Amino acid sequence: MSAPAILARGVRKVFTAGGREVVALDGIDLEVAPGELVCLLGPSGCGKSTLLNAIAGFSLPTGGELTALGKPVTGPGPDRAMVFQEYALFPWMTVERNVAFGLEVAGAAPARIAEVVEGLLRKLGLTEFRDRYPKDLSGGMRQRVAIARVLAIDSPMLLMDEPFGALDALTRRSLQDELLRIWSELKKTIVFVTHGIEESIYLADRVVVMTYRPGTVKRIVPITLPRPRDPSSGEFNALKREITALVMEEQARHQADEVHATAD
Amino acid sequence: MAGHAARLLRSLVVPVLLLAAWEGISLAGWVTPIILPAPTAVAARWWAYLAPLEAFDPAAGPWWRWALSGELPHDVLTSLMRIAVGFLIGGGLALPLGLLMGARPRVYELLNPLVQVLRPIPPIAYIPLAILWFGLGDPPAFFLISLGAFFPVLMNTIAGVRAVDAIYLRAARNLGAGQWTLFWRVMIPAAMPYILTGIRVGVGVAFIVVIVAEMIAVNTGLGYRILEAREYFWSDKVIAGMITIGLCGLGIDLGMSRLTGRLLRWHRGVEG
Repeated sequence: MSAPAILARGVRKVFTAGGREVVALDGIDLEVAPGELVCLLGPSGCGKSTLLNAIAGFSLPTGGELTALGKPVTGPGPDRAMVFQEYALFPWMTVERNVAFGLEVAGAAPARIAEVVEGLLRKLGLTEFRDRYPKDLSGGMRQRVAIARVLAIDSPMLLMDEPFGALDALTRRSLQDELLRIWSELKKTIVFVTHGIEESIYLADRVVVMTYRPGTVKRIVPITLPRPRDPSSGEFNALKREITALVMEEQARHQADEVHATAD
Repeated sequence: MAGHAARLLRSLVVPVLLLAAWEGISLAGWVTPIILPAPTAVAARWWAYLAPLEAFDPAAGPWWRWALSGELPHDVLTSLMRIAVGFLIGGGLALPLGLLMGARPRVYELLNPLVQVLRPIPPIAYIPLAILWFGLGDPPAFFLISLGAFFPVLMNTIAGVRAVDAIYLRAARNLGAGQWTLFWRVMIPAAMPYILTGIRVGVGVAFIVVIVAEMIAVNTGLGYRILEAREYFWSDKVIAGMITIGLCGLGIDLGMSRLTGRLLRWHRGVEG
């Protein structure tokens, strides 16, 4: 397993919006090792979600080289499972059916599906909710289902797009802990997009701070604090100070841009 | 419990008063029974219309067949059968076409102008053509009913497929779903609230059209029966037939509503 899980070389993404070209990503160089947990951090408009969507294969780069598990990314696939901020659970399926979906699509044997689903429901504390529909679940529960759904297909890589952004602080913390537990148990590669500075330091092996428009890699900050991490510790706060300074520079550019756009 | 009974009682006040006034007007002889027969006369006629024509004879067959041997059950079944056949043809064509038009912009562009031109023509306006094309009897009735059911199902299916949130398609593709799975397991269920609305409206239109079609092209069914009764000046039977039509419509709508509620258990804001 010496090949990187994700390898980006000079990745560029240009959108055309309202007749104008917007460079969303430019010259992205990034290497993610197998089993690594990397957070993409930056203000809105920095292209972190664009980069994640490119890795997922939903929206391919317009330039550069992007490979996942040694193969060029050409489209979405179950080897790069995505967890969305909006959960994207299928509302017409019960919790159990949602979790089983990926395996059913892959044509797994019913006995195997039942076994895997059972295990995941237990692992994520969803057993009692198996027959509920998503509309009857809280946001935290929905995101647990979404995580169980991607774990079911046993993808080596999880791509998470601000998955806990819509949750309250306590629910978020418990899901972060749950994610870390799953990650250390299953050794998945995780790329986690967030605009939460504390969240990124709490979770990541490395925090990739991105610049505002065009999105480039501003700095990669390795987080070597041992887990479980204590957000109130001195080291944690030193990192938080350092990263906040970096992110706020970009946030300032974002704001200046907005003011400029309003003035037009 | 007391509140429930009180509500029921209150909801009966206006109908009972109206019926009493109607009966009073008839008893007073202010209008001829041809213009407005008394409610009691309508009820008696309705019962005569409903009841079997012959005495029960166990040798002739099971009791339920005897119980349904009256003119009314026969008319109701005939009309419902026409609705069912017409709806299955119309809805059966509209559903796949709507799915295709909703999912494929090319097909939509190709067919939408035609649909927009044909859609506002009421099915009843097709009656002359229906008779020219299909003669008399069931075929023109089936044609008109299927036409009436076709457009509501089509338009709602198209709207439903087009309204499917792209995130479900993304999530499904990400989990490894191919085109076929996307279509059957994501697009169709996601569009189901719209499709069921279309079916409900389509059945309602089919029900209107069947009555009209039976007045024109055939000599059985509820629509035919009330027109026939008018020729004999049997106003009580006309009204008895109308009440039957109303009850059938109510029954169909309740049935559809329960079906919808059952199929859309997962959906937000479905009324019971």
